[in-house]
Amino acid sequence: MKDFILPSDDRDMGTPAQTGAPVTLTIDGFDVTVPEGTSVMRAAAEAGIQVPKLCATDSLDAFGSCRLCVVEIEGRRGTPASCTTPVAEGMVVRTQSGKVQKIRKGVMELYISDHPLDCLTCAANGDCELQDMAGAVGLRDVRYTAPEGAGLSNHFEARNTSGEANPNWTAKDESNPYFTYDPAKCIVCSRCVRACEEVQGTFALTIEGRGFDSRVKAGGPADSFLTSDCVSCGACVAACPTATLQENSVIEIGTPERSVITTCAYCGVGCSFKAELNGDQLVRMVPYKNGKANRGHSCVKGRFAYGYAAHQDRILKPMIREAITDPWQEVSWDEALGFAADRMRALQQKHGRRSIGVITSSRCTNEETFLVQKLARGVFMNNNTDTCARVCHSPTGYGLGQTFGTSAGTQNFDSVEQTDVVIVIGANPTDGHPVFASRLKKRLRQGAKLIVIDPRRIDLVKSAHIEASHHLALRPGTNVSVVTALAHVIVTEGLMDEAYIRERCDWDAFQDYAEFVRDPRHSPEATEILTGVPAAELRAAARLFATGGNGAIYYGLGVTEHSQGSTTVIGIANLAMLTGNVGREGVGVNPLRGQNNVQGSCDMGSFPHELPGYRHVKNADVRGIFEQAWGVQIDPEPGLRIPNMLDAAVEGTFKGLYCQGEDILQSDPDTKHVAAGLAAMECVIVHDLFLNETANYAHVFLPGSTFLEKDGTFTNAERRINRVRKVMAPRNGYADWEVTQLLAQAMGADWAYTHPSQIMDEIAATTPSFAGVTYDLLEEKGSVQWPCNEDHPDGTPLMHVDGFVRGKGRFIRTEYVATEEKTGPRFPLLLTTGRILSQYNVGAQTRRTENVVWHEADVLEIHPHDAEVRGITEGSWVKLASRSGETALRVELTDRVSPGVVYTTFHHPDTQANVITTDYSDWATNCPEYKVTAVQVSLSNGPTDWQEDYAAQAAQARRILPAAE
Amino acid sequence: MTRHAAAPTVAELSDLIAPHLHLEGPLLPILHALQDAFGHVPEAAMPLITEALNITRAELHGVMSFYHDFRDVPAGRHVVKICRAEACQAVGGTELAEATLARLGVAWHGTTANGAVTIEPVYCLGLCACGPAAMVDDKVIGRLDSVRMDALLAEAGA
Repeated sequence: MKDFILPSDDRDMGTPAQTGAPVTLTIDGFDVTVPEGTSVMRAAAEAGIQVPKLCATDSLDAFGSCRLCVVEIEGRRGTPASCTTPVAEGMVVRTQSGKVQKIRKGVMELYISDHPLDCLTCAANGDCELQDMAGAVGLRDVRYTAPEGAGLSNHFEARNTSGEANPNWTAKDESNPYFTYDPAKCIVCSRCVRACEEVQGTFALTIEGRGFDSRVKAGGPADSFLTSDCVSCGACVAACPTATLQENSVIEIGTPERSVITTCAYCGVGCSFKAELNGDQLVRMVPYKNGKANRGHSCVKGRFAYGYAAHQDRILKPMIREAITDPWQEVSWDEALGFAADRMRALQQKHGRRSIGVITSSRCTNEETFLVQKLARGVFMNNNTDTCARVCHSPTGYGLGQTFGTSAGTQNFDSVEQTDVVIVIGANPTDGHPVFASRLKKRLRQGAKLIVIDPRRIDLVKSAHIEASHHLALRPGTNVSVVTALAHVIVTEGLMDEAYIRERCDWDAFQDYAEFVRDPRHSPEATEILTGVPAAELRAAARLFATGGNGAIYYGLGVTEHSQGSTTVIGIANLAMLTGNVGREGVGVNPLRGQNNVQGSCDMGSFPHELPGYRHVKNADVRGIFEQAWGVQIDPEPGLRIPNMLDAAVEGTFKGLYCQGEDILQSDPDTKHVAAGLAAMECVIVHDLFLNETANYAHVFLPGSTFLEKDGTFTNAERRINRVRKVMAPRNGYADWEVTQLLAQAMGADWAYTHPSQIMDEIAATTPSFAGVTYDLLEEKGSVQWPCNEDHPDGTPLMHVDGFVRGKGRFIRTEYVATEEKTGPRFPLLLTTGRILSQYNVGAQTRRTENVVWHEADVLEIHPHDAEVRGITEGSWVKLASRSGETALRVELTDRVSPGVVYTTFHHPDTQANVITTDYSDWATNCPEYKVTAVQVSLSNGPTDWQEDYAAQAAQARRILPAAE
Repeated sequence: MTRHAAAPTVAELSDLIAPHLHLEGPLLPILHALQDAFGHVPEAAMPLITEALNITRAELHGVMSFYHDFRDVPAGRHVVKICRAEACQAVGGTELAEATLARLGVAWHGTTANGAVTIEPVYCLGLCACGPAAMVDDKVIGRLDSVRMDALLAEAGA
């Protein structure tokens, strides 16, 4: 297998890159020109000269502790450390001289005097900077000898030769499931501690003690890595130059021999990783330094939680069954595809062309999604295609499309480095988008201000070294009121950027909007009673955002998953235009997309009313492009959305569904209704890695492939198209795009793609914003942000730079229409839902990894006051009931939530939080209202009848007959 | 050194922390204030300090453990620090220290069974010209020998 190593440089340059005026100096006789502020070490590296080093690495600021990188500089006394010495014009540096060589050898000798010489059996053998440096400085001997009658004092021998315990020795810490801390190997370079602080921003590590007693320590005196604040992002492990912090997989398997650059398949940040392998065995995932979304950082999911790909639950053979009450039967691919194709065709003949449909996956590649919607439009001959974006960010598409003219975020993630005031609304980045959160926290530590608008006190409100200036803890469901009140303050106090509005926005629309928001009923004082946000606090927040410099808004599902989701998105866009905060670095409106390719699945025409590139199916010109490319007639009528499909199924008019990489039974609201809809269908084809919850109602199961097993592209939240590269052959036999193609062929289509690049070529040929995208371009540039076409051949990092895509930015009134879902005597509390760091979405992947040590079950967060009046104590089982249904789970008492609000996650199917959620949805896009449900909480003995029935049905539905061979 | 018999209350601890929060490096003054009040930094103060300064317990532990004089458990009623630096060693400091430890039956950092004296090592008290030297509570003493040490320990109640 060929390795795809991008041409970009992966060397460690020692210290971070700088920007500044050029400075020219001479290093070992070579002239080098680097930006002002660059270290001598980095300048040398730029010239191709590696100065020996241990405590320096280019992801961290220089520290100057190891004294190995000393150099001589003409005209300066002594031997300065090259990592902490900035370059100066005309400087003459010598990195190799008798003097510095001798110093380095002496320093190295001291290091090695307290380091075990077990290199051959060490997990870092061949991947150890200490080993490399010992070689580089020519260390041949360690002359330190033990005093008579005693051993040489050290940290690495558990016992001395007489068998006495060594008080300096500490046992390994193996509490983290993914990596091991072995203090015996530690050289106390502090790279791990600095990585935890500077890169991750968690400050979980420290150096304990001083002098010879110094050692790395996680948390306080009694902590282990697992009990400390550590979030297992792996930054310390990546930074460690020795085997002190080492991935367990490397300890078990050995050092990898090849690597492939690919893109993480978890959240919408879209981190680039190096998949490091031995043959086709994945050894570890290491964040890729040149990845433009993550800049070398990672979180516990992408870095470590890939074990699901080889989990025993994974289904590798196709299966069919006559009825969902039958056990599954393993069959050949041909038989399964023939069975599926025959059933689907028969349903169409009996119930009409529009009786079947597809659901595309936001976890699959752009190419795969494109094929699935093509299957609906070109083979099923209808527009019954929808995707999980329906249930997450469809209001983003609508709201930003209406106001700005594009259905996507305006910035790249680098932009956060330039921002001065950040609003985070309805998002919990430290759990949902951890790598972005680390970049945001770094900026906050540099002095940027933060405003959090969230019913729950998320970690960003206050955690080590960061604190929000304002936390507007609104009542769930009142986003629109709060956003409009912010605009009211800005308009009535004259804080808007009038010049910007006059130049860039529709002035009439602005005047109309201004008149609307000026109305005293939108004032913070008037809305306080509704939103629960103190007026003075809201006014201060509005003033800060309007006057604090570059203002950026980041938002998540807490904005979109409401009855008024689209209105809030429009309100956010209004706020950004009002303050002149769109169209340059450090500002913008940034939806934090949930799944790895939810942006891409929307771009690829997954919606029933839109062809790829967000163009309406009613538009005959656009249909013409695809009709010509595909040689079919495209239905001009928009198809069914997911909720409509389920409604139609219950009514008996929708009979067949091909659902790829999506678990609608667990992820979609009102589980009982989803189950009823699925049960009413006559052919449900589930294409997934596991027998997910939806598969309990399926007739055909087509095994899926993981992101490690296929080529393609994912598009992240910043519109960045990143390559996904095949690192191993699909264990199920076919990549997902091949499976869809086989199904299409079984239904009579003449598709003949042999590589996803051909599908991308078809996308580029039919979709203007992707016109310039090719796999060759992605190989060359690493990644590219759409639009990428003739006008923007290198892609578009920032949108709306010279004006809005739609022409003039459009202000739209944001009238608040409260949800029908209201609290009352029977259901007095409001439930809102969210995510946790270690788990991802429905948990199908992360529940099948060691990540469960951090979160093994969903729990209900409740304020101590609400718990007390119900007689509920910490950890007790409670029944959570709404108008839709009830479930039982354990509680955690916390003041993170306000009185009257409860909170949970939906990562575990045995809790099924979506049994509780209602079928209320966004007025414009049908995005379900997950974030507001009126509930009651009461003590309970354990799982509800519904949960037990569900578990029994699931067990029954998952039976597999042995293969008949 | 005042001493509280009962465990300090949150209010007591907070009152000692709050006056330093306006400082530019408030952590060391806070640790000193707590140690002055209680003879050690009580465990109950740790979460209050991390909360007030918005730092992690790892950072606090790093600072606490760097400065050997900060204690997380109370010392004996008197602390005797015996110099172990080179100048004192050269004039019998090592023998004096070993004899003292043997006499009291404790190891370094140990406290006598009756809680009277804690023995600690110290590396140079600046009394190199008149070693062996030691410090009893806040008072430095030079030209020690076993007789004078015995007298000091007896005075301290060991």
